[in-house]
Amino acid sequence: MKRVSLWLPFSIFVVFFGVVAFGLIKPSDHVITSKMVGKPLPQFALQPAHEGQAGLTSGDFSGGAPRLLNVFASWCIPCIAEAPHLMQLQSKGIEINAIAIRDRPEDVARFLERNGNPYTRIGSDTVGKVQISLGSSGVPETFVIDGKGIIRHQHIGDIRADDIPEIIQALEAAK
Amino acid sequence: MKRLAILLALFAPLNGLRADSSMPAAEYANTQLPDPEKEKAARELMESIRCLVCQGQSIADSDADMAGDMRALIRERVESGEKPEAVRSWLVERYGNWVTYDPPMQGVASVLWIAPLGFLLLGLFLARGRFRRRSKG
Repeated sequence: MKRVSLWLPFSIFVVFFGVVAFGLIKPSDHVITSKMVGKPLPQFALQPAHEGQAGLTSGDFSGGAPRLLNVFASWCIPCIAEAPHLMQLQSKGIEINAIAIRDRPEDVARFLERNGNPYTRIGSDTVGKVQISLGSSGVPETFVIDGKGIIRHQHIGDIRADDIPEIIQALEAAK
Repeated sequence: MKRLAILLALFAPLNGLRADSSMPAAEYANTQLPDPEKEKAARELMESIRCLVCQGQSIADSDADMAGDMRALIRERVESGEKPEAVRSWLVERYGNWVTYDPPMQGVASVLWIAPLGFLLLGLFLARGRFRRRSKG
C-alpha cells in the first residue's frame, strides 16, 4: 500500500505530462460538425446571388429528389478546387443549390464564369446569418437535403474526387 | 523609402492570398448597440461564445469574418429583446456545447466540475501520512 501511494504522484505526473506533450505535438484540429443534421432546414429566404438565376428559400427544398446545398464563396480558395467535382456531380443529374457567403453579384459571376456553374439556384447570404443557422462553420461545406427538407448529411471542406462516392451514397440514403 | 517599397513588395503576395471576403462587415459586427444595457448583455454573451474559425478565441476577440457575423447576429437578437441565454442555446443547438465557454454540467463536461474535488480528496489522502507523523512527534 505504501509503495503504491509513493508512486502515485509520479504516475499522475507522467499521465499529465503525456497528455500535455500529445497536445503540443499533435494539436487537435477541431472540425465542428453541425448539430442540425437530422433536423429540418431552418427557415430562410435569400435574394439571388447571381444575375439571371433564382435566389434560394428553405421552401424550395420541399418536394422532389434529395439534393445538395453547397455553401461557397467567390473569395474562398478551396471552393475553386471543389468546383470541377461539383460539375461532375451535376453532370450525373444531381441538383445542386447554393448559398454564396458575404459575396457580391459581380464576384459570384466572375467565379462561376471561371470555374463553371453547377447550381440551379444561388441565394446570397451577405451577413452569414443563414450559414450560422445551418450550423456551418466555414466555406466550402455541402449539405445533403432530402425531399422533405430534412438535413441528412454534412460534408465539411471541399469535395475531392474521392469524396464523390460518399456524397452519392448520402444522396441515395436520403431517398 | 526603398526599404519600405521592398517591405511592401514582400507583403503584397500575402494580401493576394488572403481568403477573406471583400464585403464590408455586417452592421452590428463592430458597432455597439445604442442601448448600453443591451450592449453589456450582448457583450457578456460574445465573450463566452467561441469563435469557429480562430478556435482558441471568443468571438468578441476574434477578427475572423465569421466572428463578426456572429457578433452582429447576437447584437441584433439581444436588441430585439431576446434573452442572451436564449441566443446561447440557439447557437448550442447548431454547433453543440463546443461553441460555449460556459458548458452545462452534463456528460463528459461534468468531469470538469468533479475532477477538482477528486484531486482535492486525493491530495488529502496523500498528505494524511504527514499529518499523522506530525501529531505523533
